Amino acid sequence: MLADVVIIGAGHSGLAMSAFLSQHGVDHVVLERGQVANSWRRERWDSLRLLTPNWLSRLPGHRYDGEDPHGFMSLPEVIAFIDHYARLVAAPVRTGVTVMSVSERDDGYHVITDADDWFCRCLVIASGAFGIANVPPVAARLPPFVRSLTAREYRRPQDLDDRGVLVVGASATGVQLADEIQRSGRQVTLAVGEHIRLPRRYRGRDIQAWMETLGILDQRIDNVDDLVRVRRLPSPQLIGAQSTLDLNALTTRGVELVGRLQEIRDGRALFSGSLRNQCAMADLKQQRLLSGIDRWLAEHPYSLDVQDAEAPVATRVPERPRLALDFARERIGTVLWATGFRPDYSWLHLPVLDAKGRLQHEGGIVSAPGVYALGLNFMRRRKSSFIHGAEDDVRELGYELLAHLDALDVCEEPPRRRGATGWNRMGASFVST
Amino acid sequence: MLQNGSQVNNGVNVAALLDARQALTHAPEAARFKWRATCNWVNGTHSRSTVSSFYGLGGEQMRKVEFKYDCDHPEVFASEDNGATPVEMVLVGLASCLTAGVAAVAQHRKIQLRKVTAHIEGSMNIQGILGIDSDVRNGYDGIKVTFDIDADATKEEIAALVAQSQRRSAVFDIITNPTDVAVEVR
Repeated sequence: MLADVVIIGAGHSGLAMSAFLSQHGVDHVVLERGQVANSWRRERWDSLRLLTPNWLSRLPGHRYDGEDPHGFMSLPEVIAFIDHYARLVAAPVRTGVTVMSVSERDDGYHVITDADDWFCRCLVIASGAFGIANVPPVAARLPPFVRSLTAREYRRPQDLDDRGVLVVGASATGVQLADEIQRSGRQVTLAVGEHIRLPRRYRGRDIQAWMETLGILDQRIDNVDDLVRVRRLPSPQLIGAQSTLDLNALTTRGVELVGRLQEIRDGRALFSGSLRNQCAMADLKQQRLLSGIDRWLAEHPYSLDVQDAEAPVATRVPERPRLALDFARERIGTVLWATGFRPDYSWLHLPVLDAKGRLQHEGGIVSAPGVYALGLNFMRRRKSSFIHGAEDDVRELGYELLAHLDALDVCEEPPRRRGATGWNRMGASFVST
Repeated sequence: MLQNGSQVNNGVNVAALLDARQALTHAPEAARFKWRATCNWVNGTHSRSTVSSFYGLGGEQMRKVEFKYDCDHPEVFASEDNGATPVEMVLVGLASCLTAGVAAVAQHRKIQLRKVTAHIEGSMNIQGILGIDSDVRNGYDGIKVTFDIDADATKEEIAALVAQSQRRSAVFDIITNPTDVAVEVR
């Protein structure tokens, strides 16, 4: 099969690119291994809600129009939202098609799937940033009576046995899972490394609203000191609810905080003695953001009706944080890895990955001609991995893609064309060779 | 913070450090270092260590002078007190590492330092090393570092300096995290 553009993945960003290409009359197809919004359907825990308020969750030409603009979409609501968008833009999605391999072919790409093979000139990688759950090498040394579970596999507390749970990682995922598992009556120990603390609301407004107001979500990659670092930052400690879910909230609920998990040895987990500093750094960083909001308000005194500043309480660290946890003695039944995710590129057979398997790209323009990525962490802007981040990225990369196709049309010599209309992007349908 | 950051001088060549970071990003082998010391027994609990060569940047590196450190135990341990105890040397290592880090981070953040003092204290129950109670560990059960810092910076900026210094400190990492140690006889 031929298409000018193959988009891999029918999540929000792949669909947004499909809408852009349709508007510009570009022949394309969206290949989706499952259904539209597949990873939301199959790879998330039940209670997950978006971390951005409904009013902010928008896609090009589609926004939330329900009755709770300040609420947070549940999983079924996210799925319905993306599903609706797919129909709205009449995206040419082929569902149930798994891409097995992408390789170079002439001046385009050969996409092998478990159904048809595709030849295309441009490729859009919209398969998501959360394909693989990271599991650190120490997991191999867990005692056999402890269940090892990733945040991608976890669904609900009732699926765990009633022994204690060690949650590793205190990003948004880690704190949310620690919270609901502790509430279910299972004792949770939370291993805390570098983390980002955020209040849900500040001075009466949602923190994401502040970050949008201050332009932080729009911050571009050419405007940060250390791009490699910001792309690796853990997600902030937020939950899609009106309340703050920081380490103090978890401590109050009975969760025990320990340092970063460093080693598993002789049936014991060993934790770093750095917990105090990790919390101090997160407190300082949070205060810098809140002070930035205060400064902005001082410069824009009449723009918003806000409440007085409330100084956050410093993170309470146990006086003597536990440095070791004996899995048998403390009856730990499960280790839940909330240690981040990375995209799955096992099918991508192009010379575009670095030594650590990361996609090499400049703001989503991948280092192979005509290949573009979407939805990665801080890809072009801080909001690139957010649902509402797709709009700007898709527009800019979409025009890059159009320019690439135009250049190919100019350069291409007639003998290399396949069939009468084969590689002509203006043709709505292709004559297969 | 000073109005003109270029006037800040803590004696740290930040440009050279940033150049090294850039160069070693693309030369991972050159970033592999081996640090060494040699310790000779003198008498009783008294020993003398020397530090001179190390390996790094792809080759052997030699210092201009050889550094010597005497270690012993105080007289309450029935020793001659010819030098600091090894556990105090560990404190020296941590305090020096954090202090150097404060200076480097301050230079990078254009904060002029005037005085930096780190007071460090480790608490230890010596029932562990004396074999009295097997539940008591040999090493420190806690270490506390207190900095006094006089600098052209706000309280929050100074707190951030100290936090970042811990984040990038080798000795802080060595002490707070497990390290595999192999001891052999030849």
